Amino acid sequence: MFSENLTWPKDLIDLRGLSVAHLMAILDAAESFREVSEREIKKVPTLRGKLVVLFFHENSTRTRLSFEVAAKRLSADTLSLSSSGSSMAKGETLLDTAKNIEAMAPDALVIRHSAAGAASFLGQRLRCPVLNAGDGAHAHPTQARLDLFSIRRPKGRIEGLKVAIIGDIAHSRVARSNLIGLGTLGARVAVAGPPSMLVRSLSEEYGVEVYHRPEPALEGADVIIMLRIQLERQSGQLFPGAREYARVYGLSQAKLALAQPDALVLHPGPVNQGVEMTPEVYHSPQSLILDQVTNGVAVRMALLYLLVDNPERPKSLVV
Amino acid sequence: MISCLIKGGRVIDPARQLDQVADIWIDQGRIKAVEPNLSPPEAPQALDAQGLWVLPGLIDMHVHLREPGQEHKEDLQSGLTAAVAGGFTTVLAMPNTSPPLDSAPLITGLLARAQEIAGARLCLAATMTRGRQGKELSEYQDLRAAGAKAVTDDGSWVADSQVMRRILDYAQVFGLLPLSHAQDPILAAGGAIIEGRMSARLGLPGIPAQAEEIAIFRDLALVELTGQPLHICHVSTQQGVGLIRAARAKGLPVSAETAPHYLFLTEEAVGEYNSAAKMNPPLGTKADREALREALKDGTISVIATDHAPHSILDKEVEFIDAAFGITGLETSLPLALELAREIDLPIPRLVELMSRNPARLLGLPGGSLAPGGPADITIVDPELEFIYEAKKGFSKGLNTPFEGRKFRGRAVLTLVGGEIRYRWPNLTRQSQACL
Ligand SMILES: [Zn+2]
Repeated sequence: MFSENLTWPKDLIDLRGLSVAHLMAILDAAESFREVSEREIKKVPTLRGKLVVLFFHENSTRTRLSFEVAAKRLSADTLSLSSSGSSMAKGETLLDTAKNIEAMAPDALVIRHSAAGAASFLGQRLRCPVLNAGDGAHAHPTQARLDLFSIRRPKGRIEGLKVAIIGDIAHSRVARSNLIGLGTLGARVAVAGPPSMLVRSLSEEYGVEVYHRPEPALEGADVIIMLRIQLERQSGQLFPGAREYARVYGLSQAKLALAQPDALVLHPGPVNQGVEMTPEVYHSPQSLILDQVTNGVAVRMALLYLLVDNPERPKSLVV
Repeated sequence: MISCLIKGGRVIDPARQLDQVADIWIDQGRIKAVEPNLSPPEAPQALDAQGLWVLPGLIDMHVHLREPGQEHKEDLQSGLTAAVAGGFTTVLAMPNTSPPLDSAPLITGLLARAQEIAGARLCLAATMTRGRQGKELSEYQDLRAAGAKAVTDDGSWVADSQVMRRILDYAQVFGLLPLSHAQDPILAAGGAIIEGRMSARLGLPGIPAQAEEIAIFRDLALVELTGQPLHICHVSTQQGVGLIRAARAKGLPVSAETAPHYLFLTEEAVGEYNSAAKMNPPLGTKADREALREALKDGTISVIATDHAPHSILDKEVEFIDAAFGITGLETSLPLALELAREIDLPIPRLVELMSRNPARLLGLPGGSLAPGGPADITIVDPELEFIYEAKKGFSKGLNTPFEGRKFRGRAVLTLVGGEIRYRWPNLTRQSQACL
């Protein structure tokens, strides 16, 4: 169906190592699946008889639902494991979980975990493809791909766009994956946030511009990605409080005016309205936030399709 | 073995500026004579050591043997056997066991148990403070009388400067060397690897190199204040090296060790969340590694010690952030040191100082030399023997090593403790077979 001549890795842990052709192929596949979502009958038989296990060790209703809808629209069977519902709560280790999942002989595993590296840990130990749905502060590749997709649809390209990413870069897996994806596709990326929310070595490691105030990042931007702030955990530690954060880093109409007039606003959600951005910006026509939800299903369908039908998939048991 | 002769090896004993082909006559567990072409009247049993290096028994002054309390990770039996297999005749075990070694009966009990094990000699460091809490001093006189050779709260830094000052003042009265695990615990809190490019890439909380720098700076200031000796454990950063070099130039009584992994690996070794490369202090950058190599050459760092930290699979085969810090080292230390010596042109006598003579002097141990009258603790090395390291075939219970599968050249083939063969390389080459 798509891109027959590309070789795909067994797992999708992050966007590192994927070429422009790979990223474009995913976006093209997502475009086709997005079209499926607009049909009256939204289901295709592509993965009939396949089992997709959704293992959510950390709560995330949005991402889990998005994957579940994606798998079901491809006609796959799904099985949800969550930490509270499974034996994880009874002190089972990640290694035990891996072995138990392997015993179900799934055709794909989608994992969300609070620890960086958990997806790669399972990928190295399971025969089936592992799709990272977010691991600690490490990576959230499907979110990044849907961001790329949501940008490319209206803009027609990624290359040459100026993208501002504002907020808590240090703790953001979305930011890390976007830095890699946008970088690979040739966008010019500027990040901004309080220094306590930036990591040292950011420009060295990712080749991006780094600012401590949002204005220079926003100036002339074609796309603005606002990151979520963990108000309960970070207030008082990394910044004095929500009020000050909103004033300095929050996206208001005035700050938005620094960007291109047709600049797009994205946010991985859920948005703290009045903190990361004002309600006016959130509800403005420039905001793609609800679009991102629809696109998320299409991108995840594309990824499941590409990985589960991957002829490169090893057949031997690793665990 | 009552009496024995080691014939024709290259005998390297920097304590006596000796580096020549000679024979060693061992009698009643002690060295009786070291001279070329010895022919003792009793005509004892002979070991042919031609082509081999005969060194004073190696001493590792930083190991974790996990007994008592965590015998599933290591115990005296496995740890002391792994030590002789790596060429060590003496090890200094750290007191962060459970319970911690903060009282004389614990020390006496462990030393007595070690007597029954045909491995390396066991020396013990006691805790600096009661329960390793960093608040009140342990009873140094009692601990010394029970046989402790040093004091340390290794695993933790004594963050209270007043307490640390008193430790420095008090420990020297009893001839106990204080060892500092120099790392600011608050700045390092929550960190998994060095703060830098890898932590930025992997989304892991970082430990800034400054956590070590701050702690070493404070420690050195207290050495200056008290004038009393201090040993800094497992130095891992360029900044740490710089501070120690300056302090030694000022004449402060400070010594320092580093571990083989810091001399070879960098943060990159963590790769895709490989917990076998997770240890504390964490692996640094290339610049750190080069600074440490330089510090060995110029004498700023005078000891190589392993920080042997065995763990079970339950501690390591988990999410990276939850994985225990530490790697094994007893069976890879000497092969790595030999590789290093070739890479940076470190003379072998200098290596013997780093791994035997200097630790013996710092701890006031009888070994570290092949002088007649001393204990016949001897490490015989085949510098050309090539082997592939497999942790499973070794003796430590810990398999947590980043050096699995590494190809080495050179290792201990025979380890003698008190004149007794405690380790013999099983696949002896034709050349070494004569040793039997
Ligand atoms: Zn330590």
